[in-house]
Amino acid sequence: MLAFLLKRLAVVVPTFLGITLLVFSLIRMIPGDPVEALSGERGMEPERYARLMHEFGLDRPLPVQYFEFVGRTLKGDLGYSIVSHEPVLREFLDRFPATLELALCAILFAMLIGIPAGMLAAVKRNTPVDYGVMGVSLAGYSMPIFWWALLLILFFSVQLGWTPVSGRLDILYDPPKVTGLMLIDAWLSGEEGAFRSAASHLVLPTIALGTIPLATLARMTRSAMLEVLREDYIRAARAKGLSPFRVVVKHALRNALIPVVTVLGLQVGVLMGGAVLTETIFAWPGIGKWLIEAIHRRDYPVVQGGILLTATLVIVVNLVVDLLYGVINPRIRHPR
Amino acid sequence: MFMLRLATAALAASLTLPALAAKTLVYCSEGSPEGFNSQFFTTNTTHDAASAQLMNRLVEFEVGTTNIVPGLATSWEISPDGLAYTFHLRRGVKFHTTAKFKPSRDFNADDVMYSWYRMADPNHPFHKNSPGQTYAYFDDMGMARIVEKLEKLDDYIVRFKLRQPEAPFLANMAMDFMSILSAEHAEKMKAAGTPELIDREPVGTGPFQLVSYQKDAVIRYKAHEQYWDGRPAIDNLIFAITPDASVRYAKIKAGECQLMAFPKPADLAQMKADPALNLMSKEGLNIGYIAFNVEKKPFDDKRVRQALNMAINKKAILDTIYQGAGQMAKNPIPPIMWGYNDRVKDYDYAPDKAKALLAQAGLKDGFDMELWYLPVQRPYNPDGKRMGELIQADLAKVGVRVKLITYEWGEYRKRSKAGEHQAIMFGWSGDNGDPDNFFTPLLSCDAVKGGGNNAKWCNKEFDDLIAKATRTADRKERTKLYEKAQEIVKDEAPWVPIAHSVRFEPVRKEVKNYKMAAVPVSHFLSKVDLAK
Repeated sequence: MLAFLLKRLAVVVPTFLGITLLVFSLIRMIPGDPVEALSGERGMEPERYARLMHEFGLDRPLPVQYFEFVGRTLKGDLGYSIVSHEPVLREFLDRFPATLELALCAILFAMLIGIPAGMLAAVKRNTPVDYGVMGVSLAGYSMPIFWWALLLILFFSVQLGWTPVSGRLDILYDPPKVTGLMLIDAWLSGEEGAFRSAASHLVLPTIALGTIPLATLARMTRSAMLEVLREDYIRAARAKGLSPFRVVVKHALRNALIPVVTVLGLQVGVLMGGAVLTETIFAWPGIGKWLIEAIHRRDYPVVQGGILLTATLVIVVNLVVDLLYGVINPRIRHPR
Repeated sequence: MFMLRLATAALAASLTLPALAAKTLVYCSEGSPEGFNSQFFTTNTTHDAASAQLMNRLVEFEVGTTNIVPGLATSWEISPDGLAYTFHLRRGVKFHTTAKFKPSRDFNADDVMYSWYRMADPNHPFHKNSPGQTYAYFDDMGMARIVEKLEKLDDYIVRFKLRQPEAPFLANMAMDFMSILSAEHAEKMKAAGTPELIDREPVGTGPFQLVSYQKDAVIRYKAHEQYWDGRPAIDNLIFAITPDASVRYAKIKAGECQLMAFPKPADLAQMKADPALNLMSKEGLNIGYIAFNVEKKPFDDKRVRQALNMAINKKAILDTIYQGAGQMAKNPIPPIMWGYNDRVKDYDYAPDKAKALLAQAGLKDGFDMELWYLPVQRPYNPDGKRMGELIQADLAKVGVRVKLITYEWGEYRKRSKAGEHQAIMFGWSGDNGDPDNFFTPLLSCDAVKGGGNNAKWCNKEFDDLIAKATRTADRKERTKLYEKAQEIVKDEAPWVPIAHSVRFEPVRKEVKNYKMAAVPVSHFLSKVDLAK
C-alpha cells in the first residue's frame, strides 16, 4: 500500500510543476495586463504605467517572474491580489467554504439520484424506464449550466416562489462565521428559520451544478452494471435463489462501482468548472466567481494562486480516489 | 446543551423581532467593491458601496443634477484671480461610532487636511498605509498639478491654493475620491496597532455606516443616527451583490430587492409594463462616437470627415442598437450638461451629398478603410460589433469599403493610444459634470500625446478656447467659450458623435423619494423611504 501511495505521489510533483508553468504562461498570454486593466477610457500616463508595472514586479523578465512565483509558492506564499491588496491565500480561504458547501451538495445530489437511476436503467434494460432515464440524463448532460440555472430561477423562484432567487442566506440573518459552511453556521447561530433559509438557498444551485455529474453518473452506473450483470457469478447468485434486490445491490453494485468511483473523482474537476458559472448566476460568493473577476481584471497573483489551489484540490481528490479504488478493488494494490 | 440552545434561540428571536420591524432597503448591486476607501479606486461600483453611502465631500453634486451644492462645507469663496478656494466648514458634524472607534470630537479642518495630504504628500504617515494602493483618481484628475497646497486657517476654514486658475476644480472637489475621512480614526487605529482597519472598516460622516461585508455576497449598513442632514428614513441598507443582470431582474420581481443596477436593454419593455416596478431613467453623462485619425490619409481632409458624417444613418443606429435607450448626439457633450450648444446643426443623413463631397476630395471611386469596433459593451455603447456592421453597410452605399477590426479591450486601448487606427469607435463617461471633463481629455492637443484624443486632432483655435474656459471662473463666460468650441468641432468633424445613452433603473413601487443621480457614480440613498 505504501509503495502504491509513493508511486502515486511521485506523479503528483511533476503535475504540480506543470500546472504552475501552465497557469503562469496562460494568464500572460491573454492580451492586456493588470495595470492596463486598471485604467478605463481615460488611459494612463506612460510614467504612471511604468511605475505601477515596476511596483507589481511585472517589468522583470518572465523567467525571473516565474521562478520567483514558484519559489514563493513552495514557501507557501501566494502573493497579494493586485486589486484588493490582500493575501491571495486569505482571499481563497474566505471564499472556499462557499464553493465546498455547494460542491458537496451537488455531488451528493448527483450520487443519490444518479447511481440508483443508473441501476434502475440497467436492470430494466430496453424498457421505457431505461429509455426515460437515459433520455433525461442525456438532456441533463447537454444542458448549458447558465441557461439551465436561469430556467430554474424563473420557474421555481419567480413563477412559483418556492425558492429564493440567489445568495446563500436571507438578508434577515447574519450568523457569525464559524466554519464558513452556511448550513452549519446558520444551525449553530440558533436563529429560528436561519437553517431553513440556508437550505432553501442551496436547492437551485445544487440542482444546476449537480445535473451534469448526475447525468454522467447515471450513464456510467448503467453501463458498468450491464457489464457486471452479464458475469457468471451473477448468474450463479441468481441460480442460488437470492432475491433480485440482493443480487443487484450486494453482488453487482459493489463491482460496478469501481469505474463509477473513478468517474466520481473526475467530476471534482467538472464541478470546479461548473462552479464558475453557477456561482456567477446565483451570486454565490465562492472561488469560481472570484476567479472570473480576477481574470477580467488580469489580477495575475489571484489567477495563479487560485487556479493552483483549485488544481491541487483536484489532484488530491483524485489521489484519494485512486487509493479508494485500491480499497474497493484489491487487484489494483497488488499488480502482478 | 439543549437548554442553552433553546435560550440562545429565544434570545435571537427577541433580537430579530425589532429588526423585522425596521425598514430595510435592499439594493441589488452589480459587483463587489474593490475596497472601502474611494481614494484608491476609480470604478463606480466601488464608489457606490463606499463613499456614496459612508462619506461626504466638502461640496456635493445635487442629486439628479451636476450642480454643486454645500456638503461638509457650508460656503466657499473663490479669489478674483481664481487661485484661492476658501471653504467654510460645517459645525457639529459627527463621525460614525463603531465597535472599535468612538470619535471624541466633531469633524473639523484636521480631517480635511488628513484626507487631502494622505493623497497629495508621498511622505504623509498614512500615504502608504495600504501597501501597493495608489491614489488613482487623484493622479488621473491631475490634482497635484492643479493644487499647490492646502492650508488650515482655523478649525473651520481651509484654503486650497492653486497653481493656475482651474474652473473645474470645484466640480473635482465633489467627486468620490475627495471624500473626507476621519483623522482621529486613523490616529487611533495606528495607536491600536491596526492601521490597516482604517481602509477596511472605514469611518466617515455619511448617512450610513458600515456594519459588515461578506465578500462577494452582502454589504450591510445601518443608518447614521446623528447624520448632519437628518437621520435616513430607512434603518438598514443592504447591497445584495448579484453580478448577473437577469438574476437581478428575477430578484427585484420576487421582491428580494427593491432597487437594481444596470438592467439589460432587452428587459426594459417588460420592466416598463410591470405594475410592481417603476422604471426610472436619466439621460446619461456620456458620449459614444467614431473618431477619424486625422494623422492618416484620407482623414486629414476635412471634406472626407464631413462626408462620412453625412453617410452614416444615426437614426437607424439609435433604433437598432440603443432601442430607445439613447439620444442622438451632435456634440461631444450631452445635452444635460451646462454649456451644451443646441444651436449647432448636425449633418443630415444625405448619402448623395456625401458622395459629391467625396468626389470633390478626389475620392470619386470611394476608398478602403478600417474601422475598429468596441470589443466590449460599454455604458455608452451596448453593441459595438452591430454598430460597426451598420456603419459598414451605410458607408458601402457611398463607395467606402469598410473592414471591421477589433482587439481585446486592453489591447484596443493600447493600440489606439499609439495611433494605429484609421477610424475607431470609442466613448466616454463623465466624472464630474464639467464640460472640461469631456473636451480636454478627448479633444485637446495635450490629449493627442496622452492618448485620450483618438482623432489625434489638434486645432489651435479650439484648444485656446477650452484652455481659456478652464481659466475663467464665470459660468456664463465659460458657456460662451464652450459653445464656440462646439461649433468648431462640428465644422472640423474629427468625430461622428453617435449617441448619449440613457441609463435605466427599475425601482419597486414601495420605494419613496428615490432620485437617480446625474453622475453615474452614485446611488444617494439618504432620503429614500419605504412605504409599508
